[in-house]
Amino acid sequence: MSIPAQPSGVPDAEPDGPEGRLRRFATIWSRAIFPSTATSMTRPEFEEHLLPLARALSDILHSRVFDATPAHRVGAALVAAHCTDPDALSSSLGVVDSYLVLYCGGNGPVELSTEDSRARCARIQHALAGGFTQALRERTLSEQEAIARSALTARSHAEQALHATEARFRAVFKDAAIGIGIADLEGNILEINDTLTRMFGGLENHVRSHKVNEWVHPEDSPYVWKYYDELVRGEREHYSVEKPYYRNDGTVLWTNLTVSLLRDSEGRPEYQLALLEDTTERRLLNLRLRYEATHDALTGLPNRTLFFERLEKALAPREGMRFGLCYLDLDGFKAINDSLGHAAGDRLLVEVADRLQSCGTAPGEMVARLGGDEFVALTTGPRTQDDVHELAGRILLALATPIRLDGRELTVRGSIGVVEGPSGERTAAEVLRSADITMYRAKAAGGNRFALADAEADARAITRHGLTTALPAALDRGEFFIEYQPLVHLGDGSVHGAEALVRWCHPQHGVLGPDRFIPLAEHTGLIVPLGRWVLEESVRQANFWQERHTDGGPLRINVNLSPAQLHHPSLVAETVDVLERSGLEPGALCLEVTESALIGADDDLLKPLRQLAEMGVDIALDDFGTGYSNLANLRRLPVSVLKLDRSFTQGMQHHPADPVDLKIVEGIVSLAHSLDLAVTVEGVETGAQAEQLRQLGCDTAQGWYYARPGAPDRIHALLLADAV
Amino acid sequence: MERPAWAPQGIDISVPSVSRMYDFYLGGSHNFEVDREAARKAMEFMPGLPKVMQANRAFMRRAVHYATTSGVNQFLDIGSGIPTFGNVHEVAQAADPEARIAYVDHDSVAVAHSQAVLEGNERAVIAAADLRKPQEILANPEINALLDLDRPVALLLVAVLHFVEDADDPYAAVAELRDALAPGSLLLLTHASYEGIPLTQEVAGGTVDVYRTIRNPLIMRSRTEISRFFEGYEMVEPGLVPMPEWRPASPEALAQEDPFTYSGFAGVGRKA
Repeated sequence: MSIPAQPSGVPDAEPDGPEGRLRRFATIWSRAIFPSTATSMTRPEFEEHLLPLARALSDILHSRVFDATPAHRVGAALVAAHCTDPDALSSSLGVVDSYLVLYCGGNGPVELSTEDSRARCARIQHALAGGFTQALRERTLSEQEAIARSALTARSHAEQALHATEARFRAVFKDAAIGIGIADLEGNILEINDTLTRMFGGLENHVRSHKVNEWVHPEDSPYVWKYYDELVRGEREHYSVEKPYYRNDGTVLWTNLTVSLLRDSEGRPEYQLALLEDTTERRLLNLRLRYEATHDALTGLPNRTLFFERLEKALAPREGMRFGLCYLDLDGFKAINDSLGHAAGDRLLVEVADRLQSCGTAPGEMVARLGGDEFVALTTGPRTQDDVHELAGRILLALATPIRLDGRELTVRGSIGVVEGPSGERTAAEVLRSADITMYRAKAAGGNRFALADAEADARAITRHGLTTALPAALDRGEFFIEYQPLVHLGDGSVHGAEALVRWCHPQHGVLGPDRFIPLAEHTGLIVPLGRWVLEESVRQANFWQERHTDGGPLRINVNLSPAQLHHPSLVAETVDVLERSGLEPGALCLEVTESALIGADDDLLKPLRQLAEMGVDIALDDFGTGYSNLANLRRLPVSVLKLDRSFTQGMQHHPADPVDLKIVEGIVSLAHSLDLAVTVEGVETGAQAEQLRQLGCDTAQGWYYARPGAPDRIHALLLADAV
Repeated sequence: MERPAWAPQGIDISVPSVSRMYDFYLGGSHNFEVDREAARKAMEFMPGLPKVMQANRAFMRRAVHYATTSGVNQFLDIGSGIPTFGNVHEVAQAADPEARIAYVDHDSVAVAHSQAVLEGNERAVIAAADLRKPQEILANPEINALLDLDRPVALLLVAVLHFVEDADDPYAAVAELRDALAPGSLLLLTHASYEGIPLTQEVAGGTVDVYRTIRNPLIMRSRTEISRFFEGYEMVEPGLVPMPEWRPASPEALAQEDPFTYSGFAGVGRKA
């Protein structure tokens, strides 16, 4: 059909002319059906669009040989203009019925009767409706077909994409280096990949035959199954744990396991997805590294690190739990090492370690090597008071059998410090220090034994330690001072000299006697500078007294020499130097040496004493009678004075004096005098004692009866008193 | 677990599609009974819904015409739906045969149908992508092969933003698109709103409920909220207005508009 295009806004459209009437019809038509169209045309555009259709209807109405068929095309054109709503048809028919003849009836070349017009108009309506319906039906069918085809196409695209996705996922699943498994929420395994099967030992059946919740292992972390239950209940989206499994051969597979919950499109829990990474090798390596970090390479025993971990665990507060610690140090191991060599020493340690290992096999017990020849045995539990004694006993017993080494039998002994107590009270460092101190006590008591820690001994040791470290600074700060105790001539009671006694004015502990710090100074070597200071100070003091007391004869000064000073190579030179710088006569100085320091002394040791004696310095043998007094040795020694130990005078404090004591003292005095030695007695506390000792022939005395040790000016006062 | 990007959505034509419902409102037959059923339900509350759709189409036609006359001949129509009649490429290419049009929709049936319709048209493509992932649209190879984003583009967001929930941050998505376009580009937009509907919000809410039931919630936004989509763009006269009021063909045409066509706003913005 051709609908003649009619330019809009026709200029010749006179309102009452045929064109104007046709346009009026189109306007009415447009107004009637526009509300039911879906066109995006504006109303004027739509009206323009309808005008050719109106003209076609008018032409059909007036055709010479009436044929309504072309009205079919008008109906189809309406559908093409998106007037697909049924209302558009009924409205159009209404407009044609009412207005076509009215507005277009007189427009044509043929004059029509009214009946003819009505009849033609009705036929036109029939044809228009038929055309509309047919076009709409075709359009509907073709659109339905198009959309169905599109839906099919879309679905097949989606399926292809899904297929590709699945293929990709399959590849991921199949070739993944980690084990992947999918199970339903009851734990039935639905899918597993080859990697997972291999990890479990290679038998797919072995994996599939168990439900997920049957893979229980004794070393499962306590949370694993709690997490699992939460996940399958939909309360947890995923969890990651380290989990062991049994392989089909019974060996253990360790994994890093990550389980995720898969939900369906409605969000309901549907599957569980497990990813398993085989960590067995890594774990073994870690265990080995951990073992190496916590064990002694030589003996294989746990080392210091592991021991401290365990000790700290044992000391953590736990109701009713106690600990017992044996701290073992081999006696004389250094000698073995030095004489047989380190390799032998190492073999010995290995043997000792083996024996110790067998002592600490009970639950809660452990044996460790701290280093060198130091070992520890730890026991924990509720009854360690008894256990630890047994343990210490077992250790000593284990060491009692001689050890064969390179064909010789070595007897190894050890000293053990035992510490026992409740958990939660002390730190590991405190316990170990106490054990160490106690071990040294056992060693000091002769070794091959154990000693029990006690708080007082610890405190003393701790103080000793504190004093030892404070000594050097104390000398620099001038915390030492000297007290003097007079030496009195028993014959006339005159003051004959004084013994210099060093004291330490400690900032915390107050005034400390030499017994508290001289052994420490000996041990650290500080005795040398300290002794030199004492000598300088005493000599200076003695010189001062001599200058002030010229009429009372020479006043002597006694200064103690410790064993370490005795061995010091510059003893003679320093003494000479001190005397020369002060100007004191050598004969006014008496150096006191203990008897024990000279036991077994050879000529090398005696040489400096001889030199000093030759210079005129007196040498006194202090504490005589306490050691193993080698009387035969006396004549070899460059000694001019014997100082009798106070133990001899103690027996004379009471009246009547012990006759045996009297005899002994008398004998010693007689012996001394026969060797041309003067005798000084210490510890004189009563007049009766003094008288007795005088009668026995003692030359000089000192003790509280005369004066306690005191400041230098008190000696001066005594001298002045003598002089009166 | 979030669906991976490479996993395609399934096709389920037992679920109503807003594209096919739109076609039904416009008298088309590119739809299935589920679509018609949902659309009829929505029309129980808003009988004038077809008029709203018609007004959208009419605005689009006027706005595309405006774009071509102001020299923009590249079009990016996101949420294009089922092509029926008076589509962007028809309007634009009628005015300028060189005009290029890229359609974007995330409804796979609409995409497949568009492909069939556009077959043989070298200057029009359809891409399957989602407005909520603007990067995917901007990086789409077919779109980039057709459109030169260094030249002005008319971006059409007609009757689509009201299907993007706030949770999906439509403002950020639109901002990303706006920023990607060259100066001189236009943003052509319509959006549903309670403001202007010739019904109480309660009654109109029935329609919103229907869309919620079919899992395609219809988000009504106020004029102020809608105007924020144009941030940084200059509004073209007459600004953001009820759809029929945007450059009507004539005062008479405006006077005869159906009241339902006022159910939403339309506007065009230009990037300086």
